[in-house]
Amino acid sequence: MSKPKPTDIEKRVSAAGSTVTQSSETLLEVSDLTTYFRSSRGLVRAVDGVSFKLDRGKTLGIVGESGSGKTVLARSIMELLPRSGLERNGSILFEGTELIDFGPKEMRPYWGAQMSMIFQDPMTSLNPVMKIGNQISESIREHLDVSKQYAKELSEQLLVSVRIPEAARRLDEYPHQLSGGMRQRVCIAVALACGPKLLFADEPTTALDVTVQAQVLDLMATAQNERFMAMILITHDLGVVAGRTDEIVVMYAGRIVERADTKTLFSNMKMPYTEALLKSIPRVDQPSHLRLSTIPGRPPDLVNPPEGCKFAPRCAYAQDRCTQEEPPLREITPGHEYRCWFPVGTPEGAGALANNRAQGTTATGLVFQEPEVATTTRGDG
Amino acid sequence: MEDLRPDAVPGGSGSAMEEIVGESINRGLLGAPAEISIAAIETGGEGESSRHKLSLGAKFAIGWMVFVILFAIFAKLGIITWGDPNESFTRCARRGPFSKEGSVSGFLAGCDSNGRNMMARLALGAWSSLYVAIGAIILGFTIGGTLGVIAGYFGGKVDTFLTGLFNIFLSIPGVVLALALVAFLQGSAEQAQDAILSPELILIIAIGVVSIPLVGRIARASALSWTQREFVLAARSQGAKHRRVIIKEVLPNVLPAIFSISLLGVAIAIVVEGTLAILGVGIKPPTPSWGNIIATDRGNLFTSPHIVFEASMMIFFTVLSLNMLGDVIRSRFDVREGVL
Repeated sequence: MSKPKPTDIEKRVSAAGSTVTQSSETLLEVSDLTTYFRSSRGLVRAVDGVSFKLDRGKTLGIVGESGSGKTVLARSIMELLPRSGLERNGSILFEGTELIDFGPKEMRPYWGAQMSMIFQDPMTSLNPVMKIGNQISESIREHLDVSKQYAKELSEQLLVSVRIPEAARRLDEYPHQLSGGMRQRVCIAVALACGPKLLFADEPTTALDVTVQAQVLDLMATAQNERFMAMILITHDLGVVAGRTDEIVVMYAGRIVERADTKTLFSNMKMPYTEALLKSIPRVDQPSHLRLSTIPGRPPDLVNPPEGCKFAPRCAYAQDRCTQEEPPLREITPGHEYRCWFPVGTPEGAGALANNRAQGTTATGLVFQEPEVATTTRGDG
Repeated sequence: MEDLRPDAVPGGSGSAMEEIVGESINRGLLGAPAEISIAAIETGGEGESSRHKLSLGAKFAIGWMVFVILFAIFAKLGIITWGDPNESFTRCARRGPFSKEGSVSGFLAGCDSNGRNMMARLALGAWSSLYVAIGAIILGFTIGGTLGVIAGYFGGKVDTFLTGLFNIFLSIPGVVLALALVAFLQGSAEQAQDAILSPELILIIAIGVVSIPLVGRIARASALSWTQREFVLAARSQGAKHRRVIIKEVLPNVLPAIFSISLLGVAIAIVVEGTLAILGVGIKPPTPSWGNIIATDRGNLFTSPHIVFEASMMIFFTVLSLNMLGDVIRSRFDVREGVL
């Protein structure tokens, strides 16, 4: 293995060939959004000061482990969280309208018609006792003033557009008569029914068979292009967002730890967490029985997060400074922000790594492990 | 095995046909899952046919209920009568079934202590008992079901308040509560000379109120679990109003549970009516009900046991059948979700 073959991810990143275009119109602007839940143990900081912008027709990927606040962020923007014990502050500008103070009544015209959501598990996101056709036409009839017959025709067209064969017959079927992939297609049809400008896809392929995942993702990309719709793709799998997004936000413990356009993120990542996530993906060119890399430890307790950098206890680069001071979100090049004292691929980072390698442990007492995959991944990016 | 990785799957714009083929190839290559899927299809097929086959008990239950309901309706409407339930044949008093005493003959089920035809009394008693029990449960089903679904769907303070209310009612023994309600309603009906509050209606209200928290709690628990499903959130994320979500998304899923508990409730209500009759506040004699037939002749249990026995058997088989039907309905309408 003198020269490593480019991985699928790299190929897709270069295929996407997206450049940072800031000229188009901003659809969604989230500034300093916080979402806390009051619990008996204290305040759970599920989303803690998140800011990002999304332009019309663009795709933003939100990546992070379970419990990093991805889903809460999406539901917080859409105001779908249960309201009891919720503290939500910051600003959400959707087409210039401030949504943060809106209640369910004010949000209703936005739900479905302006922004809509695809959920993780198609097994539970369809009503088991309602026909497919009714589930699709329900939201059409809710938002658009059309006849029952027309809503039915529209539902059939939607099913055709998500490539469900024999759409007319499927309208009268129940969810349990469809396969998992077909159910997720129906969910996509439901979400697209009223032509939203913004689509949240909350781990849309996690519950699906691997053979269907790519098809569903491609279908969503096609639908997005046809409708010039912005999309926020939430996933824990960097392989899913590679090549399908314009920009990626990496979240950890409710905060953004790195934000960059897709190409930059994969070629020039700065945050050790991003590196560790990428390292955890199995690769085609590796021997098939190689043990998968994992990130040691667990995501931090969101009630009492550790001082300093939240990722320090699990980070191979951690130094004393990381446990004392939390790094701010620094912008290195326009559009590329990260939150780290010893970034990957810099002299500081290399020094921190060398120091930890020499000591055998990191500043937080973690046994040092070489983050080796990242070097080959960045090889010909 | 590398080809099975998601990235290596060719194409993406494939039809569902491709999807299915891809899936089966995948399963075939892996071996074991293919067997599992075949096994699943086979058991699924068996399950399908056995779901449509009724057990012997269920057949009996349906048969018995049809018989009892027709028995009651025909007696009430006078289509098939077994004679006047209130006519007294003194010479025949306390005679057992098939008695042919003196001039009168053909008392299929014997006579009670006043010499009244048991068959006619049991038939009309079926009407009274079922009328009260079903009426009471319809009341409990509607009010309890509505409150329960509201409590389960909205949660929070609404839930705390309604569940608290249910618990208060449940802490009072059902018969005592019904007794108090009957006494109160009878008193106010007599005072107001109110023709609307017939004795049956008073019983329906009293037993109905007792059944509200029973149905309500089941409805709440079921609604709570269905409300947390993603499809409810999905409906809300499409802009559906609360009323619509409750009626279209939650209620159809909750209905089998509360319908099944309501059938059991009818059985309980029949027994409660009988208990109230023994305590002297049931349906007023001479109008017969199964409860007051037992209540009137419980003193003759040793000399002529057939009177209490026959009425008890009617209650016993009806309650048994309703319990069985409740189970059948629950398993029949159990919502099937994933077969994957």
